[in-house]
Order: sequence, then C-alpha cells, then structure tokens
Amino acid sequence: MVNHVSLSETFNKDEERVNWHDETLWWIRQKRDKAAWQIPEWEELREMASQIKMNTLSNLHDYLLQFEKNALANGIVVHWAADADEHNKIVYDILTKNKVERIVKSKSMLTEECHLNHFLAEKGIDVIDTDLGERIVQLADEAPSHIVLPCIHKKKEEIGELFHRFLGTPEGNADPQFLTAAARIHLREKFMTRRVAITGVNFAIAETGEFVICTNEGNADMGAHLSDIHIACMGIEKLIPQRTHLSVFLRLLARSATGQPVTTYSSHFSKPLAGQELHIVLVDNGRTRQLGRPDFRNSLKCIRCGACMNTCPVYRRSGGHSYHNAISGPIGAILAPNLDMKEYADLPFASTLCGSCSNVCPVKIDIHQQLYKWRQVLTKEGHSPAAKTAAMKVMAGTLSRPGLYRFAGKAGRWFMRNIPWLTNNRLNPWYKQREMPAPPKESFGEWFKKMRK
Amino acid sequence: MSREQILKAVKQNQPDSEGLPDGLGFAPIVYDDPVQKFSDVLTGIGGKIVRIESTTEIADYLKTHFTEGDRFVTVLDNIPGLEKLQLPEDPRALDGIEVALIAAEFGVSENGAVWVTEKVMRHRVLPFICQHLAVVLDPATILSNMHQAYEKIGQEDYGFAAFIAGPSKTADIEQSLVLGAHGPKTMTIFLLS
Ligand code: SF4
Repeated sequence: MVNHVSLSETFNKDEERVNWHDETLWWIRQKRDKAAWQIPEWEELREMASQIKMNTLSNLHDYLLQFEKNALANGIVVHWAADADEHNKIVYDILTKNKVERIVKSKSMLTEECHLNHFLAEKGIDVIDTDLGERIVQLADEAPSHIVLPCIHKKKEEIGELFHRFLGTPEGNADPQFLTAAARIHLREKFMTRRVAITGVNFAIAETGEFVICTNEGNADMGAHLSDIHIACMGIEKLIPQRTHLSVFLRLLARSATGQPVTTYSSHFSKPLAGQELHIVLVDNGRTRQLGRPDFRNSLKCIRCGACMNTCPVYRRSGGHSYHNAISGPIGAILAPNLDMKEYADLPFASTLCGSCSNVCPVKIDIHQQLYKWRQVLTKEGHSPAAKTAAMKVMAGTLSRPGLYRFAGKAGRWFMRNIPWLTNNRLNPWYKQREMPAPPKESFGEWFKKMRK
Repeated sequence: MSREQILKAVKQNQPDSEGLPDGLGFAPIVYDDPVQKFSDVLTGIGGKIVRIESTTEIADYLKTHFTEGDRFVTVLDNIPGLEKLQLPEDPRALDGIEVALIAAEFGVSENGAVWVTEKVMRHRVLPFICQHLAVVLDPATILSNMHQAYEKIGQEDYGFAAFIAGPSKTADIEQSLVLGAHGPKTMTIFLLS
C-alpha cells in the first residue's frame, strides 16, 4: 500500500541524500530565524497577520463580493469554480475560445492541487512551467516536493542529466550557474512565443480588486506582461481586506520562507494591459467545507511560506513526495484529509507532534494541534490502521509519565536530542524559548521505527 | 451556478465575525540612517548602490560597467548619452535591451525594495525583460519599513506596480544562489543627491 510510511521508506534508501535534504532544509530554517530576529516586532506581526486572516475568513462572503465588484470595475474577468474539475474546464474554455495550444505557467500550488497540467496535457495543450524548480520537476515527470522549493529533493547531477537530455546541455555539466543560464535561454524563447500565461496569486485585495504575486525569478511577470491573455488562479482564502494589510504579509512571507527580507518581485496587478485580457478564477475545491470545520478552519489562514516544512523533523527526513499530495509537510497533512479522508488518512500521523511547525508559522496556525485533532477524527471514522493507533499509544504512554522528562544529565540530554516533542512541551521547565532547538536526526528514526511496526 | 453555490456555502460555514485589528498595535522598526540601511540591505541581496550628484554621470557609469555598443535605453527625459525609449508596438521587441534605466518613487530600508508603477516604467515588462536594470532614486524618499510604504502608496491608482528588490534570482539547483534567473542579472541603484 502506498502511504506516507512506505514512501518515506523509499526516500530513506539513499541515506546520503536524506542527510543532505535534512541539513539543507534546516539551514533554510536557520536563515528564517536570523531574518525574524532582525525584526523586534516579529511576534506582533504574526499576531496581526493571524487576526487579519481570521477577520477575512469570518467575513469571507462579503469580502468575496467586494473583491469581485472591484475586480470587474478594473476590467478583470472573474470566474468561479466549485471544484478542481470546473477550474480546469474554465481554463480550457478560455484556451479553446482563443485557439491557443501552447501556454506558459508560473508557480501556482492551486493548479497543482487541481492537476491542471495533466488535464490540459490530455486535451493536447502544451504547458511549460517557467519557475526553474518547477520546470526541472516537469522535465523529470514528477510533482513538486515542496511548495516553495519544488525540486529540493534533486541533486544537481540529476538536473544536469535532465538538461542534457531535454535542453542539449553538455553531458556531465552540473554547474548551477551554467544550468540556470541554459534554462534562462530555453524559457525566454517560451515567454516570447506563447500568448497565454497562467499564474498563481499570493494575495488578493477586496478593497481594490487587485492581486499580488511574489517571485524571485520574475517568471510570473515575464509570462503575464508578454501575454495576450493572463489567467490568474486562486483559492478563495487568498483574500485580504485592504491594500495596507499587504505591509504585514509581505514583511512575513519571504522572511518565513527563505530568510530573505522580501521576494525580489512583489507585483501588484490591478488592471489588464491595453489590449490584454485578464482573468481571475476563484476556486473553492473543499475550502468552504474546511471553513465549516471549527477545528480545522484555521488552516485556511495559510500563506504558503513553507516554514512548517523546513522545520519539520519528519518532512526533512521523509521528503515531500512521501505525502502523496500537492501540498506536503505539516500544513499539507491538515489540508489533505479535508479533500479525501480515506486517501489521506495516513498524513496526520506523519508527525511527532513536536510543535515546531506552529512555532514558526507566520499566521499562527495551531498546526500540530490540528494534526492531533485529525487523528482523533480519522480514528473515529475508522480510517486509522491499527498499527498506527498502537504507535500513538506508545507515544501517548510516554507522554503521560511526567517523571520521564525530569531525568537530569545524560538522560535529559538524550531526551532533548531524541524526543523534542516531549522535552519542549509546556510541562518542561527548561523550555522557555518559543522556538525549538535543532530536532535531531534520531527523532525521525524513532518515529519511523514505531510507525513501521 | 457555482458562484451562488460557493457564496452560499461560505455564508453558511464562516464563523461569527471577528473584527479587524484597529491599526498597528505596535511601533514598527525605524532606522536612524535609513539610507545606509537601505544600501546595506540592497547590497546584501545582490544589488549595487552608486551615489551620484548629477544624472549626467549615469551614462558614463553604465558604459564603463556594461558592454559598450549594446542597447542602453531610458524612459527618463534628460539623461545625456542614453537612448530615450520609443515604445515598440510589440513589447517582445524590448527583448534586445541590455540596460534599462527607470526611476522609482521611493525605497524601503528594511528590505532594499523600490516601488515602481506602470506610469514610470512605460511598459510593464521593461524592468523584467532587460538584461540589466538601473534605477534612479532620490535618497530623501527612502522609508524605513513597509507600513510607511503602504501609507505612502495609499489609494494610488495604478494598473500595475511592483516592489523590486535586487536582481532576478533563483536557488532552485541545490540551493546555490544564481543571479539572473529570468529577469535582470544585475540591479544598479543611482542615489541622486
Ligand atoms: S501553515 Fe504556516 S508555516 Fe506552514 S506554509 Fe502555511 S503559513 Fe507557512
């Protein structure tokens, strides 16, 4: 059976790679810390972001109407899609109406969630992903393994090989500078010749009817500004009430994601270019259902920064593909069971519940608590395999014996290293900081052994 | 219709209204020397700061730092030595531009970003399609943080606008930083005092 445990097992066959994956993501997590520490008001910013998103979710009906009205007034065509299928059909209709068969697309996790590429490929439409990481996984016929770093699981030698095969770069050349230059030339030709560009959306503003896209590469802008038709696809939870709220989110997003002070480009699209068509597709696909679950609606605050993945001891050592869902990591494990409880019943169990994800989340989603709650829901609904329940009992048993964490000296250090979720909970007097120390490699091993039984 | 169906489901499922925070409940960071901070941050993200006293210095600087003979264009008036951009009918014709010089409305110290609107870039694609981007910025306009930035932007009406912070970049291949992913490979900011 394909599930998180079996897929982790596959990923863990190459130990060197797993160590590299683990260390790279931890390094990004540390960059995030450094960036956050430079902002004295970081915690207030997170609180404010959380409140703005709660206000948005609790008034989403009115904000959607306000956004639609203002976007229409700006000359944008607004579409509504109840599910992935309708979203894909809307995009396809625009393409057929304009007799377009070749398009460019910049990063959009929503279109991944809707499997748009696959849908369009079956209809004979050629889609080129223009984000470098996405192009790489597209050439490899894989899905992105991380929402911000799509090919973080790939070594440069593999990328060199792919480029040799598909772009004709010299065999054996795996120099990142060289390969990026080759991709630049390859993709510029696509920007120059394709008439339709699809992009995602980071934030949409109800008050003004505009939307903002954040990239480092500039690929969304190259695609959109050179196209005759720009289609921007967004989940309905991407709204924020006012333009001024962007200040809060743009301060948090890149710092949380990669430790950059801001992405290179924060592009504000308000009106179509003269002669251009600008479309927005507003997608539900289960979001209204999640909105109706009091325990899980908080997950809709997510701004897709990826910090919870970079910090997660399980994600770092199991890889994004082990989550078998477009959005991987801790947040993916909360969102996926809402889409299909049975298919994704394994994901909320792919966690040590250490809470590191909740500590770094810029919009203060109580991620690990939601994971815990999903376990209860799934167990009650009969979707939890017996082995996992047993593993949970082991963990729960350890947790319920408070004497354990009082070990001094050697034993205490062992616990700190191996079971961070135990030593870093509120019962623990040593745990004063908000953020976790480096969860060790062994914690994954511990977790993994239990899960495999 | 899906629109009605979605709106109905949202209305039914959204929780009781929670209010918006009443303004910023905190004092955001303000730098003693915003210009210095801006320069430090921009340099840290791969940009370059050049202090000038007159716009007559720009063309000379560019011609010594980029390949002479390539196409250098500007959207600004009165920059001696640079070609004033005539907008082609098809923006794809901008592809051959080596250096494009534009002006920014203001800069932000905390992240090294400058604010540019469609009005000053002439065509939206210009600051992205050129091989190298150069920007004239008045240091007196540099703000400390993004809250001040959006206060300044206010209800400004634009079709397109962007914060641009440094050259286009990627680290998608094994996290090795490479400048010049799809957009400009360098960004030079002329601080005109
Ligand atoms: S849940 Fe929080 S930390 Fe994770 S991707 Fe979303 S916003 Fe970032």
